Amino acid sequence: MTDLTSLTLAEARDGLARKTFTSVELTDAHLAAMERARALNAYVLETPEQARAMARDADAKIGRGEGGPLAGISLGIKDLFATRDVRTTACSKILGDFKPPYESTVTTQLWRDGAVMLGKLNNDEFAMGSSNETSCFGPVVNPWRRDGSDAKLVPGGSSGGSASAVAAGLCLGATGTDTGGSIRQPAAFTGIVGIKPTYGRCSRWGIVAFASSLDQAGPFARTVRDTAILLRSMAGHDPKDTTSVDRAVPDYEAAIGKSVKGLRIGIPKEYRLDGMPSEIDRLWSQGAEWLKAAGAELVEVSLPHTKYALPAYYIVAPAEASSNLARYDGVRYGARVDGNNIVEMYENTRASGFGAEVKRRVMIGTYVLSAGYYDAYYLRAQKVRTLIKKDFEDCFAQGVHAILTPATPSAAFGIGEKTGADPIEMYLNDIFTVTVNMAGLPGIAVPAGKDAQGLPLGLQLIGRPFDEETLFSLGEVIEQAAGHFTPTRWWG
Amino acid sequence: MSVDAATVRRIAHLARIAVTDAEVPHLQGELNAILAFVEQLSEVNVDGVEPMTSVTPMEMKKRVDVVNDGEIADAVVANAPAREDHFFVVPKVVE
Repeated sequence: MTDLTSLTLAEARDGLARKTFTSVELTDAHLAAMERARALNAYVLETPEQARAMARDADAKIGRGEGGPLAGISLGIKDLFATRDVRTTACSKILGDFKPPYESTVTTQLWRDGAVMLGKLNNDEFAMGSSNETSCFGPVVNPWRRDGSDAKLVPGGSSGGSASAVAAGLCLGATGTDTGGSIRQPAAFTGIVGIKPTYGRCSRWGIVAFASSLDQAGPFARTVRDTAILLRSMAGHDPKDTTSVDRAVPDYEAAIGKSVKGLRIGIPKEYRLDGMPSEIDRLWSQGAEWLKAAGAELVEVSLPHTKYALPAYYIVAPAEASSNLARYDGVRYGARVDGNNIVEMYENTRASGFGAEVKRRVMIGTYVLSAGYYDAYYLRAQKVRTLIKKDFEDCFAQGVHAILTPATPSAAFGIGEKTGADPIEMYLNDIFTVTVNMAGLPGIAVPAGKDAQGLPLGLQLIGRPFDEETLFSLGEVIEQAAGHFTPTRWWG
Repeated sequence: MSVDAATVRRIAHLARIAVTDAEVPHLQGELNAILAFVEQLSEVNVDGVEPMTSVTPMEMKKRVDVVNDGEIADAVVANAPAREDHFFVVPKVVE
């Protein structure tokens, strides 16, 4: 029998439906692969017993002809999603051994459709980071290595565990969340596909909040089709999240293979940065050529406020984070560190429970919202955000259907390479992705080539609000032209 | 704009994060690096621009104002670091 962990999600779905193998076999193959790959540190919690129970249940349903769209499919879940009675930490010490008495809406829908949970995946603490190095469980290792080197590389972040697990065959797909690029950047760094849907497409209920006006859940998988299959189950209106949109969820998979003839693709000139590596530039041109060959029309567009997206983000996101993270006070859940009075208890709990990056962002957020600084920082940033969104609206009003950009300014870097004194160096990773969150738009990262050292590189497609289908159609064109990217196994 | 050591301590207290004297210079450097980075927003002309309040133009749905959940006190306190019956326990706040 072929290695079940090397199947795509769609192939596994078809094999289960034809009863070529069972979900228990598929699950066991993944659990064994996870055990061999612990050096990657992708999972922070493996849930083998629950996985096998869910798999047996899926097999029974498939046998009765009652299997859902994801019946028996093995998935990993980012540790930011609350899972009932299963430890959920956001990879922060401050949540301790928190076991939610409830289940997030997105994961509820995945289980409703028959999926099987293998475990919880590592991420940057509270999703704050671009390298998965801020997790209290330690960094995740990228399954990719530079040619001829055994240096450990980051998988990107914040959804680094999700990306690493999918790329290494430790699950067929995974959930992620994306506040500034936390799905697309790790997808690009590990040679897989990741999509951040339109803000409001997926419910945020039961996902540990970072920056509520930017956070959005989305899937990772090894093919565009597989992410389309997953998104259909994850998306949909939820009365428990007033920002989730009451709008029918299309059959995204039907968009795979649809012609892109006549679609107008914008190439934003502001994304051509000074000092950008030539291989990123070449990849971008190559992507444009592939879309053109498939019948799309390329047009240069301008998004004049692009350079202000990252600084505006580093006001808006920490401001919202400082408010959201106020709930971690050592009273209702999580770890507590005692003090002589209640304020000392709060301060000691938060000093010991939060890591350095989280403290930094909570303090920046507190400062920009504090009396006397609110207008100069927060209000101005929200006005700039309006201008960033208008840039995209103007572009779409000119008949542009989607925008093509690089996903990241470089390939994956080494663990410890960018954790120096200047936090901005790390923040620059999200320069191409953060604009999309600021404007609430959908964005997909698709692997498209390799750099000179043999590491995968990705392209990003940005769509009109709620037009994820066009992104899947265009992403498929890139995937067909670029092929698939599989790391050479070194991790046992 | 940049922050001095006293401001760093004030922000830390507002954020309810204990900081040691040894941590202050380091935090001050990092916060000032971020503030210097965001300073470029001051060159954008935002005259007459509305601040963004909702990224997706939509009317917020309102649910019917009725009790639809509750009687789950056991679940609510289950994860508390200190509890007695259905109460959260905190250090004494009223003398």
